[in-house]
Amino acid sequence: MAALTREETEALIQEVLEVYPEKAQKDRAKHLAVNDHEANAKKCITSNRKSLPGVMTIRGCAYAGSKGVVWGPIKDMIHISHGPVGCGQYSRAGRRNYYVGVTGVNAFGEMNFTSDFQERDIVFGGDKKLAKLIDEIEVLFPLNKGISVQSECPIGLIGDDIEAVSKKATAKFGKTVVPVRCEGFRGVSQSLGHHIANDAIRDWVIGNRDAKEFASTPYDVAIIGDYNIGGDAWSSRILLEEMGLRVVAQWSGDGTLAEMENTPKVKLNLLHCYRSMNYISRHMEEKYGIPWVEYNFFGPTKVEESLRKIATYFDDTIKEGAERVIAKYKAMMDAVIAKYRPRLEGKRVMLYVGGLRPRHVIGAYEDLGMEVVGTGYEFAHNDDYERTVKEMGNATLLYDDVTGFEFEEFVKKVKPDLVGSGIKEKFIFQKMGIPFRQMHSWDYSGPYHGYDGFAIFARDMDMTLNNPCWKTQTPPWKKNDDAAPLAAAA
Amino acid sequence: MALRQCAIYGKGGIGKSTTTQNLVAALAEMGKKVMIVGCDPKADSTRLILHSKAQTSVMALAAEAGSVEDLELEDVLSVGYGGVKCVESGGPEPGVGCAGRGVITAINFLEEEGAYDEDLDFVFYDVLGDVVCGGFAMPIRENKAQEIYIVCSGEMMAMYAANNIAKGIVKYANSGGVRLAGLICNSRNTDREDELIIALAERLGTQMIHFVPRDNAVQHAEIRRMTVIEYDPTHKQADEYRTLARKVFENKKFVIPTPIEMEELESLLMEFGIMEQEDETIVGKTASELAA
Repeated sequence: MAALTREETEALIQEVLEVYPEKAQKDRAKHLAVNDHEANAKKCITSNRKSLPGVMTIRGCAYAGSKGVVWGPIKDMIHISHGPVGCGQYSRAGRRNYYVGVTGVNAFGEMNFTSDFQERDIVFGGDKKLAKLIDEIEVLFPLNKGISVQSECPIGLIGDDIEAVSKKATAKFGKTVVPVRCEGFRGVSQSLGHHIANDAIRDWVIGNRDAKEFASTPYDVAIIGDYNIGGDAWSSRILLEEMGLRVVAQWSGDGTLAEMENTPKVKLNLLHCYRSMNYISRHMEEKYGIPWVEYNFFGPTKVEESLRKIATYFDDTIKEGAERVIAKYKAMMDAVIAKYRPRLEGKRVMLYVGGLRPRHVIGAYEDLGMEVVGTGYEFAHNDDYERTVKEMGNATLLYDDVTGFEFEEFVKKVKPDLVGSGIKEKFIFQKMGIPFRQMHSWDYSGPYHGYDGFAIFARDMDMTLNNPCWKTQTPPWKKNDDAAPLAAAA
Repeated sequence: MALRQCAIYGKGGIGKSTTTQNLVAALAEMGKKVMIVGCDPKADSTRLILHSKAQTSVMALAAEAGSVEDLELEDVLSVGYGGVKCVESGGPEPGVGCAGRGVITAINFLEEEGAYDEDLDFVFYDVLGDVVCGGFAMPIRENKAQEIYIVCSGEMMAMYAANNIAKGIVKYANSGGVRLAGLICNSRNTDREDELIIALAERLGTQMIHFVPRDNAVQHAEIRRMTVIEYDPTHKQADEYRTLARKVFENKKFVIPTPIEMEELESLLMEFGIMEQEDETIVGKTASELAA
């Protein structure tokens, strides 16, 4: 199907908006836009606003942003979900942040530590229980390097003094204990949770090793905002190391507390997920004068661009290293593209994901001859859309905090060949007969970052799009049309 | 008779607990079967009936046992003077936790455990002075107290509080069956106190159900952790509480209150000389500015 014109896309937005009551219509209209390279992103789309009651939003909460995204992957710390049991239990090990370590000994990412609030803890406060919980953790899991206290909703209501408990525990055990005020009701999405988590790192972690000796090299960098989904940070790190850089820290996928504490010693911060970790990057720039640079490791074009961009911050050794790495993988990338591009050329994709992927994966699809015709974020801010407008083709669809209804209607009308979003969307679109990839969890595959990741990405997209199952099954509504003449013949 | 559930509200320190317990003691003396549910973390709503410092509360027992589900009704229910059943919801020390949730938990527990048995004639909820959050409105939500008595006096702040409580009642009256049943004037010996409270009651659409005069007998009884009814049944103050009890028993005037605007309340106070006419010209002026 040919691409929609600007007018057709605008008409489509109007058509979708029509079902809403007037007030909702007015609100949602601001979040839907036709991409226009000329326009100012601030004018064309509104973001980071409260979702409307009654719609199916796909957002999370501040606790999800802090515990689930930023803090959770730090593997040698224990992250306490302070409050009732559910938040911790249902978010446990849910994000495929790979790590190396022995669970329960020196890595704790797959476990749930919670203060398991009962009525009495609400009424009488949970401070004492929290202090006791930390004591028990120290006895049962002595190899933990530190503890974070992730506040669930009730903590913000009953006013537990988690800062005092954390300070006491820090003094008692000589370990970093970090209180995080990431109550789920704060903010409009998980985005505020990222910010709160960054602030907690700023206040309780950054600076802890400022006075300590550190054997620096001129090539020290940190990977910021890579959560190592399916091993993404690993397939990124090897490229950086091959070009001659020393990766001091991974934030926070497969990361450790010591790495984070040592990050102020690096020469450059490499920022992948801008949305969730720009705050701490800016802080380190202000306090330590460490520059930061955004990069994109999805697909060979963007990897190449990014490696060269990173190299500009260093001397010729690194610049040559970047070229060496690019040359080394050229043949491999050519082979991947030669194999998959003919099978995927011209296919159209619609995306709806979280922090960086709605724009970062566009290049990878383009490397395979595919086009992203619609994209949107769960919890982006204006600066994310400013970055997105440039990546998307003119007259493509942008949708912020898309509702279940809007997303389905857009897909029905735009008729993409592939939809990429999350687990909650997967089966809806598959039942509509549309190939689908989970773009949060990589559909239990990955990594997708770096050159190695692109080979897997290409394979996965081909495997999904060209899966013979789509030809063998007829959806029930199409079956009826075919069945009618048959019935008549019989 | 069918069970009547009453809640006593009023400004902090106005004498709610003392008035409630004396009233309840008088009702018990009349042969009524009464239960008091204290809804204040201080847990001082039953001490005069039980002769105890502070009854062990539902929440304190629940904290000890692990959870409220581990408790039995008889663990939390004590019987005192005149067969009056006493329960304290309890709650945290000031500054921690959530006292409102304690009230909700305790009242839910009483309902589930069948504390409101058919033999009872009256339940009285003695509620913390300020209705600071939803938890303290629990006693007047659906299927709980239907009658609300506000304890007040002729002091300005007590009357502000009474009017505010009336506003809160309107909210629940429109969605449920709760009604304002009257103001109890617990005298502070201010000038024309009875007239003032009668006037306020009229504006609110209710009645001053009784004027309880100030008498040291109340304090003498309290030192002994007793009600006047029990300590000195022949004292004239005991008769005042008996009168109050009879009026409550016979009360039929249950209304949706008509709270008044601040200006109206202030003009009422000015009319009775409790409040001075405001001098708008001095508002926001410092001492040196006024001197100049």
